[in-house]
Amino acid sequence: MPRRLCALAFLLLVPLASDLRGAPPVDFQRDVQPILNEHCNACHGVDANDRKSGLRLDLRENALKGGESGTPAIVPGKTDDGELLRRILSADESEVMPPRSHNKPLTPKQIETLKRWIADGAKYETHWAFSTPQKPAVPAVVTPHPIDAFVRSHLKSLEIAPSRQADPATLCRRLYLDLIGLPPTPEELATFEKVGVEATVKTLLASERFGEKWARHWLDVARYSDTNGYEKDVQREQWAWRDWVIDAFNRDMPYDQFLIEQIAGDLLPQATQSQVIATGFLRNSMINEEGAIVAEQFRMVEMFDRIDCVGKAVLGLSTQCAQCHTHKFDPLTHDEYYGMFAYLNNTYEAQSWVYTADQQKQLADIRLKVEDAERRWRATRPQWEREFADWQQNLLSQQIVWEPLETIELGSISGLNHPTQEADKSILMKGHPSGDVFFIGVPKLDGVTGVRLEALTHRDLPHNGPGRSRLGTWAIHEVEAFVKKPGSNDWEKLKLVNATADFSEPEQKQPDGKKPRGPVGLLIDGTDDSTWLSDRGMGLRNQPSTAVLQFEQPVNAPEGTQFKFVMRMGDMLGCCRVSLTRQAAPVAPPVDHAAILALQTPADRRPPQQTATLLAAWRANDEIATLWKSSPQAGTSILHLADRDPADPRATHLLDRGNWDRPLQVVEPHVPAAFHPFPADAPQNRLGFARWLADAKSPLTARVEVNRVWQSIFGVGLVETAEDFGTRAAVPEYREVLDWLAVDFMEHGWSRKHLIATIVTSATYQQSSSATATQLERDPRNALLARGPRFRADAEVVRDIALAVSGLLTAKMGGPGVIPPVPQNMLDYNYVYPGYWKPAEGAERYRRTVYGFRKRSMPDPVMSNFDAPNGDFACARRIRSNTPLAALTGLNETIFVESARALALRVLKEGGATDADRASRAFSLCTLRQPTPAERDAILTLLESRRKRIADGWLNPREVTTGDPATLPALPPNTTPQDAAAWTLVARVLLNLDETMTKN
Amino acid sequence: MNISQELQAARARLLSRRWFLRDCGVGLAGIAAQSLYAGETARGSDASPNPLAPRQPHFTGKAKRVIYIFQAGAPSHLELFDNKPELTKRNGQLPPAELLKGYRAAFINPNSALLGPKFKFEKHGQCGMELSEVLPHTAKIADDLCLIRTLQTEAVNHAPAQIMMNSGSQQFGRPSFGSWSLYGLGSESADLPGYVVLTSAKGTSGGASNYGCGFLPTMYGGTPFRSTGDPVLYLSNPKGIEDETQRGIQSYEMAYRLQTSAPELMDLAKEPKEVLERYGIKDPKEANFARNCLLARRLIERGVRFVQLFHEAWDQHGNLTAGVKQNALDTDQASAALVTDLKQRGLLNDTIVIWGGEFGRTPMVQGGNDGRDHHNRCFSLWLAGGGVKPGHTHGSTDEFGFNVAADPVHVHDLHATLLHLLGFDHTRLTFRFQGRDYRLTDVHGKLVPGILA
Repeated sequence: MPRRLCALAFLLLVPLASDLRGAPPVDFQRDVQPILNEHCNACHGVDANDRKSGLRLDLRENALKGGESGTPAIVPGKTDDGELLRRILSADESEVMPPRSHNKPLTPKQIETLKRWIADGAKYETHWAFSTPQKPAVPAVVTPHPIDAFVRSHLKSLEIAPSRQADPATLCRRLYLDLIGLPPTPEELATFEKVGVEATVKTLLASERFGEKWARHWLDVARYSDTNGYEKDVQREQWAWRDWVIDAFNRDMPYDQFLIEQIAGDLLPQATQSQVIATGFLRNSMINEEGAIVAEQFRMVEMFDRIDCVGKAVLGLSTQCAQCHTHKFDPLTHDEYYGMFAYLNNTYEAQSWVYTADQQKQLADIRLKVEDAERRWRATRPQWEREFADWQQNLLSQQIVWEPLETIELGSISGLNHPTQEADKSILMKGHPSGDVFFIGVPKLDGVTGVRLEALTHRDLPHNGPGRSRLGTWAIHEVEAFVKKPGSNDWEKLKLVNATADFSEPEQKQPDGKKPRGPVGLLIDGTDDSTWLSDRGMGLRNQPSTAVLQFEQPVNAPEGTQFKFVMRMGDMLGCCRVSLTRQAAPVAPPVDHAAILALQTPADRRPPQQTATLLAAWRANDEIATLWKSSPQAGTSILHLADRDPADPRATHLLDRGNWDRPLQVVEPHVPAAFHPFPADAPQNRLGFARWLADAKSPLTARVEVNRVWQSIFGVGLVETAEDFGTRAAVPEYREVLDWLAVDFMEHGWSRKHLIATIVTSATYQQSSSATATQLERDPRNALLARGPRFRADAEVVRDIALAVSGLLTAKMGGPGVIPPVPQNMLDYNYVYPGYWKPAEGAERYRRTVYGFRKRSMPDPVMSNFDAPNGDFACARRIRSNTPLAALTGLNETIFVESARALALRVLKEGGATDADRASRAFSLCTLRQPTPAERDAILTLLESRRKRIADGWLNPREVTTGDPATLPALPPNTTPQDAAAWTLVARVLLNLDETMTKN
Repeated sequence: MNISQELQAARARLLSRRWFLRDCGVGLAGIAAQSLYAGETARGSDASPNPLAPRQPHFTGKAKRVIYIFQAGAPSHLELFDNKPELTKRNGQLPPAELLKGYRAAFINPNSALLGPKFKFEKHGQCGMELSEVLPHTAKIADDLCLIRTLQTEAVNHAPAQIMMNSGSQQFGRPSFGSWSLYGLGSESADLPGYVVLTSAKGTSGGASNYGCGFLPTMYGGTPFRSTGDPVLYLSNPKGIEDETQRGIQSYEMAYRLQTSAPELMDLAKEPKEVLERYGIKDPKEANFARNCLLARRLIERGVRFVQLFHEAWDQHGNLTAGVKQNALDTDQASAALVTDLKQRGLLNDTIVIWGGEFGRTPMVQGGNDGRDHHNRCFSLWLAGGGVKPGHTHGSTDEFGFNVAADPVHVHDLHATLLHLLGFDHTRLTFRFQGRDYRLTDVHGKLVPGILA
């Protein structure tokens, strides 16, 4: 009560807003909207479900009309009328707003703002970031650069002077760190001083190091990782996508195309392998393979993650709220969330091989040879079409009628895997790969003679399966069949005999002599030690197979009898179907099962692919098969999305409170109404969605990317919340700069190199970063841009600086993640021990950090201690911190220590003959400037003190320089182990200098 | 920054302080963040001088610090805390059909036989708390414990459930309870991190995210103290590089202090023999749960705000009898000793001790007759100290230990109540991220007055 009285008293004292002359006008977006969002709109905003009293305050029309009561909430120009102010100022506990229980009372200042706003006519504005950006007029200031024109005119209005240009060394180092993420050498500085900023920028943008630096920012927001996450957190192969990003930056792929390829590259006409790799973007989500999970639950979690990622990365919009309910502040309804979801949901989670350029050529060559062989083969059989038709007819006439088992229960003995049955009665086995499944049905058992197991391909499996091994193959040890009569509790085993298959591998004896593998008969030989294999080999694998097993006696059992089929596997099968027949002595025809499946489609409706399958099966031509078998084995693969078979679409449902297992009505693909329209002629699919996202009319896409680039360079974005441009984001100080750059970016073909060049050639960027105490006090975060950027470099850059100045850095590009050394006591804390963790040696060890292997549940300590995200979710903005852990890492982590040792040797080799020269060289390698005499003396004093400790026998120079008390490194001529040791200790200091790790 | 100053200062261990003060806003605790300004407040707003400086909560809480003993893998409430004689009677029978309606177990067909508890229960203490015979030491502190028998969660797989228990969400990326506590209260240790993690048994399903900072700045994440090798990663000098040099080049004062204080902390040599014995520590150097319990007390004494122990060992799908017995042997004595020790030192009053896992286990058998599956409808957890009602058993489950019969406590409710004990209104301890004020309890959570002293 006293608090409220106090507020009232305050209001009585301040003059009415309309009386205020000369006070700055209230800005709706900057001043009023945050108040409404914070205090009112959770109950009186976009979300109709939670709206109280039917009142909406986010739209002017509704606020003027009022809620159910019919009393206007706001009467423009009249602060004495209108419910809004009356309720806010009310002393009545039952009607005061916001309700006391919300704990969000308005401050007197906020109330005053609302009053002034209403007095001024209660003008609403569309949130700036939700309208397509327009190029604002550049202020007429005597400066040619538009960024400077905006900044300088603003500074002038605030009577703040900009800073002078940074000195050449600082500027050169800043440019190198920003453009390629590596420090320049003193020699490169000399060149810079000769050729100047523009030429240097041009050179750096053309360097391949550029992509390695800039890809990292996208990898953050794309939540890139080399493992699957969750409990198992096993390795994944996704580096081909990471290399694609680096390459896209280096080629300056237009940002719109960059987005389209990553969201729907596979749907582009004649999609290339590279465009399929690009769609790996959407598969960077974590994958749960914990025992007993329901695969669909975690696929949905992946989908939520995809929408979150697209929201943060492309739209600069928080979408997570709308997973459960309509967004409280931004125009994104619950329904619209699932509308966007629907564009991405009709997909398979595919995995495909990635071939090198040579291998792709080889494959194209094989295809040509196959065509040629086919031509020649046809030429020798002029009647082939007729013969082919006869062969099909013959095959059809021999067909056995199979009735697929409809399951009433299916699972795994261990419970680790939960198979599901699809509409075509096939059974999918995703989730934990445990090989002990069973399927139970209640078929009619009236003279059933045999059971057929079909191993089927499926796009959710590696390379279409049918198996789940890395190659998509599988291995079945044993199958069994049982019946349980009604009223009985016992499963009676049925004896299976005469196994046949469309294809089996020849028998391979195992070293122990006891575990044969290959022939289909091993499926029913009564032991789990033996295995049926049906891998047709390179170029021919990843196609269906079938095995047929006869019952020793036809099965006759009363109605209601349950039939159970059990499979025990090594490498798990991912998709199969089990069927029964009554035909006498059933066998699997010795024809590829793919052909039998193709035959099920009537000839006149058969797609060319199926006809080709049939042709291949009919010809059974050794020459062609041999050609296919000569296909190269790809070295790696990529996880990507693939559109579902049109015959088997997946509908998207609105999910009640965002729960995956509470689907409500079907939602068709659609985009949020508040944004630019979806073109009427665009396809309502993933490609259409991708193009919509990358549309020049999009209010957010270009702004968000421009802002992210700005953030990478200045440390803070023009919109500080890079992941959220919604109505809750603070209104940027330099909205015009953002909009001008966004439009300019699009006008220049969405070129990021152009954008970056534009920013770094501005005087604003090139200002000195040193700040006076007054400047710091007035603008601690440099929001006004009256000085240059200065902040500790990103984790990757910090590590790359150490590698670069020490001369260890290896320039090799691309390839599998490089395993960094980590302490054993970290490896021991994994749920599943990563046995593959063998740190790289030699030159490979010193690759750029962007190529470092990232394990989600065991983040690389160098990365996490310097604030790099671990890829669990999309990160649009790193929050920098300085902790003692970071300090310890820079001093003692293996790679940093090795860098110090290498820097010492480098300085001894090229730093001149005297310690003074070496001190200057070492210092300038690290900081790019000559030390002042005092600084040089300080280094020499430190050096001398170390030399003395060594001479006095306190330190073993061998151990200091190699970590091994018995080993010496290769020393440069005319140097001693003592030199190397003393300089190693000095180098360790220099590598950890603030100036070394900071972009100044 | 003047590098000559920096180098000279290096020798005096005062290096880069000025830079630190200017750009990082370093304060008493010596750790700093450039970008920590209570989330996304408007630019240029007032910057807290030290994001880890001790802070006042919303109101004076009963508790100042937390020791969270996370028994990962899901300990069986039916073998430890929730006595069900009816299960013994119905051992081998199928559960009533109406019980299973809409129920999903993780591994088993829910329609599996009921399995009687493997151990005997007795009443203990003046309060008469019923506990299993495998917890003889816990039994002795029954009057200090508040046993909740009716915890509930949504998750039924380990990793998401551990993340849920630790961060209030099954989805990765939210700050852990420890991070929220540190964010809210700051640290009272100048020498040690404010949130320390100790692990025994194996690595956890949830991995590093169990103690992660989510979207909060890095400094609020848990720092693992390791029982083998360096207690803190990269704490020691590289081989051959002596301490003198090391000291000479400290960039950050706390890193240096950590180098002294962490080994001192981990060294149990000065602990009296009877203390070691009480915890059941035979070899003070041997890494195990008991040692971690004693370390937890030592950390708390040195001002660490939040200590979290992880002991991943409780996933008894099979081998239930021997597994639970062994785990109890490994953890019972030290857990009880910790509570007693805190009490004797006057620390229990304002320290909350939490003991429990991520979900419970099915009354139905898994496998032959010696295993239980995951169960999320009810499970048990105990609290002690810090304003928690002692000698109290909260809530009850049905005759099978399957559903809550009275007084359910959702994970969010537990979090809300724990934050309350620390002095926070859980709806107001927020961090703005992505335009939203996030909190540990998301949009849920009710205070559970029944467990407050």
